[in-house]
This record gives sequence, C-alpha cells and structure tokens, in this order.
Amino acid sequence: MSADVMVRTRTRTVSAGTRRRPAKRKDPGRVLRLYIPLGLYLAFTLVPFYWMLVFALRPAGSTDPVPWPITFEHFETVWNDIGYAVFFKNSVIVGVWSLLFTTVIAVMGGYALARYRFRGRNLFMVVLLCTQFIPGAMMLIPLFSIFKSLGLINSLASLIIADTVFNLPLSIILMSGFISAVPFTVEEAAMVDGCTRLRGFLAIVLPQLRPGLIAVGSFAFIHTWNNFLFALMFVSKQDSFTIPVGLSYTIGEYSADFGALAAGGVVAALPVVCVFAVVQRYLVHGISAGAVKG
Amino acid sequence: MTTMRRRAVPYLLISPTVALIAAFLVYPIGSVAYYSLQHRNLTRPWADGFAGLDNFRRMLFEDELFWHSLGFTAKWVIVEVGLQLILGLALALIVNETFIGRGLARSLVFSPWAVSGVLTTGIWILLYTPSTGVLRFLGQPEAAVLGNPDTVFPAVVVAELWRGVPFFAILLLAGLQGIPGELYEAAAVDGAGRVKRFIHVTLPHLRDAIVLATLLRGVWEFNNVDLLYTLTGGGPAQETMTLPLYVAQRAVDSKDFGYGSALTMAGFVILLFCSILYLRLSRFGGDR
Repeated sequence: MSADVMVRTRTRTVSAGTRRRPAKRKDPGRVLRLYIPLGLYLAFTLVPFYWMLVFALRPAGSTDPVPWPITFEHFETVWNDIGYAVFFKNSVIVGVWSLLFTTVIAVMGGYALARYRFRGRNLFMVVLLCTQFIPGAMMLIPLFSIFKSLGLINSLASLIIADTVFNLPLSIILMSGFISAVPFTVEEAAMVDGCTRLRGFLAIVLPQLRPGLIAVGSFAFIHTWNNFLFALMFVSKQDSFTIPVGLSYTIGEYSADFGALAAGGVVAALPVVCVFAVVQRYLVHGISAGAVKG
Repeated sequence: MTTMRRRAVPYLLISPTVALIAAFLVYPIGSVAYYSLQHRNLTRPWADGFAGLDNFRRMLFEDELFWHSLGFTAKWVIVEVGLQLILGLALALIVNETFIGRGLARSLVFSPWAVSGVLTTGIWILLYTPSTGVLRFLGQPEAAVLGNPDTVFPAVVVAELWRGVPFFAILLLAGLQGIPGELYEAAAVDGAGRVKRFIHVTLPHLRDAIVLATLLRGVWEFNNVDLLYTLTGGGPAQETMTLPLYVAQRAVDSKDFGYGSALTMAGFVILLFCSILYLRLSRFGGDR
C-alpha cells in the first residue's frame, strides 16, 4: 500500500491518476494482490444476480445458462397476476413517506446536536446510540398492540411510522456529522446580514448539505423498502402488501415457478440497487463524516 | 423572553425525535416487560390473565427449543461476524487502492448491501435448489443443501455473507480514508514493508472502526430474522433457529404474546450483557 491509497474519492484528480499509473504497471505483485482477489469477489457478488436475471428473462422450461431469446412473460405474470403492481405501489408510498419524515426530522435533530450545547444533549446521544441495540424482531409484539389500539393494523401508516422510528437514530447521528462539517461562520455571516437563523439555514446551509441529504434519504429509503418483518406482522390484507411480503409469498407458493420467483426478485432489487449505485460514494463519505464527529 | 425562546430552540428541534422514540421504542419495551408476566394469546383470549413468573419458568425449565436456539444464535453471530470482518477488511483494502474503474467496482461489490433478506433468500433458493442451482456445475451431486442438517449451516452462512460483507467493507473503507497518508510515507521512509505498514499503521487506526462495526453487526446478525425466516424457517428440525426467529414465529404464527414477550426479555438481557462485555473487553475509544 502506498501514498496514493489515501487519495479520497471526492478529491481524486485525473492528473494524480495518470502520473502514478506508469509506476504501477511495473509492479507484478499488483495482479496477485489486487486484480485476482477483486475478480474472485466480483464473481461471488455478481453470479447470484446473474442467475436471478437468467431465470427472470428466459422462457419457462429452458435450461440455457444464457437467457436467449429474452422473454418478459414472467414479469407479466408477477406484475399483473400475482399483484406486484400493487405491492410496488405500496412499497413506493411507504418508502417515500418514510424517507421524507426521516430526513426532515433528522435535519432538525442533527442541527440541534451539531450547533447547540444544551442540557440533556449527552443523554439524547446515549439514547440514540442505545436504540441501535433494540432488535426490530423483539418489538413486533408491543408495536402490534400499539398499532392495533390506534386502529392502524392493515394500514400503510403503521409501516411508515415504524420504519421512520427505526431509521431515525442513525440518520440523526449521520446528519449531525454532515452539519458540523459546514462552518458555523457562514451562518453567522448570514445572520449579520439580517437573515433570521431559519432563513440563514435554509439559504446557506441546506444547499451545502446535499450529500448528507442524499446519504440519509437513500439510507432511509433502502431500509424501508427492504423491511420485511414489520410489513409481515402489521399488514395481512393482500392489497396492502409491500414488495418483501409479496416476495416471501412468491417464494412459498410459487416455489415450482422459478421464473416468477426470479422476476419478482428483479422487481424487488431494481429500485434499491439503482439508488445504491448512484449514492454509494455519498454513503461512504457520510459514514466517515459521522464517525469522525460522533 | 428572547433568551428563553433561544434556549428552547434545541429542545423544539429534538422534540419530534424524542416523542417518536418515547412512544414507539421506550413505551413498547415497558409493555414487553408487562406482557411477559401475563398469559396472553390472541388465539385463546379466554385463557389470558396474570401469570407471574410462569412464562419464565416454562422458558427456563421446560422449553428445550429456547436453549437450543440460544446455542445456535451464538454460533450464528460468531461465525457470521468473524467471516464478515475478515472478508470485509480484505475487500475494503482492495477497493481502497487506486485503479481504473474503481468507482464501478465499488458500486458492484457493495451492491448486495442494498438487497433485502427476503430477496437474498429468493436468489439463493435459485442457486441451492438441485434442479436449478449452480452447484451442479461444480460437480456437486444432486442434493438439497437446505434440507440436509449437515449442509444447511454453511449454506445459510454463505448466503448471509454475500449480503453482509459489503457492510463491513463500507464501514472499514470509511475508516481507511481517515488515515493520514503521511503516516504511510513516514513508515515507508523508515523501511517498513507492506505487511509492517498494515500491522503498525492501518490496524491501530482501524481499531475503533473495527470494534464498532463488529458490535453493530453482531447486534444486527443476532437480530437478523428475515433471511432465516424465509430461507429455512428455522429448519430442518429447528437446526437453524435463532432466538429472535423463535420470537418472531411466536408473534407472527402462534400469536402467543405472553410467552413471546418473556423470550423477548431474555433476548434483551442477553444482548445488553454481551454488548457491555464486548465494549469493556475491547476498551472501545480508550487509549491503546
């Protein structure tokens, strides 16, 4: 490992890369050390995805390892006949609302942690960290009782609330790291110029928080999209199913129809994998920012 | 007036969080403690009532599955976290190097992190089912790995590794990027080779990140129900039953809330005890 290891993703420049590359070419150990393990790991990651795609795209009964000719019959089956159109809509509703609530509340809480020294601040931090030790599976019974008494069983609202609550603690810690990274002096300058604190925040800080908002928002969306147990427990009517619940029934009931299973898997994977591919570098950066401050 | 208003600002800002955590995390924990002392079964409401410590007596002295699930939970958490740490650290070191296509490589190797436990089940069922899987290309005889008590454990471990290693790699990569480059240059000037630099520069700096990642992941793997619930359902013959999976099955399938709450309390106590013990032993955040 050498000095260029430390070049950060966000500050990497083309010139740095080209300047160092000739030296690297002469290093034969690099193939053994870097490319072979990376290739093996890529295979481990991608073969399962590929296998799912093969099953989703090739006609039923085919055993070709290459999906040709491509067919969308399995997607039509899951989308129209099994009801993935409804599950998908429900998952989007829950995911987007939970994303919005999580992000807004996390910005508020993160701002309080980053900018104020108030009594109870440490206690608040400790409580946030402690919540990380509360297993969701263990909360199924009491949360079910609460939502039942609120009349929210079989309602997507129960999922939005539960997912927001479980997303919040880590989101606040991450967000406070991002807010701390914006110098307070820029806010002071805005206030000297006559802005209220809120206007100063909205006009000056919020635009600089874009990476933080993306990291926290995508994190919340992915977690909510994937949550299975809450949706399984709080929703039992098929027209309120989310994607993971629908998929679990596809696994159980259609275990002979691997095409439908795989197509359902592709529908479940596509949104989160796309979101993740785009925001992956913000996540890594966000965790380092949060870890440094936290 | 204005100072009082200004003092109130941070409290106003955290009030939604405090309200949500109080209502949906703190209060439920209290109610679990209460339910655990009750007979409470949604399918048999006429038998509900105060139970005293009866649920705990049943759990500790009559329920073999409880003890069996504890043993499997420990095995599951230790094996998963250990392997994920080793592979995740290796992966983080690899994708921290500079090479062409690094951004794409990172997106690809990290992508299973974004996939749900249920989807992981869907994918690995395709891979493990004898008639459809890839194992036939590796010369594996036709055998249902998930139905066989001898092979089911490695099978679920590999499936969870597929999804779990990226989390470690992401956290450790973030830690690696926080190590100042001058330290490596100084070590290189002093004649330290690659291995020495790793042992004396990289590892000490990653210490806190490793402790935090293993702890978070330990809790998470303890709590990981989705994959086992859908992939094995705790089977075959309760071979892969973890305590939280047992709780979830009690809650979802048999609706026995009283006994499920007693199991939950046991889970809390064990998790809390292990977490504190681990933080103490690793002297997290302290000077080395």
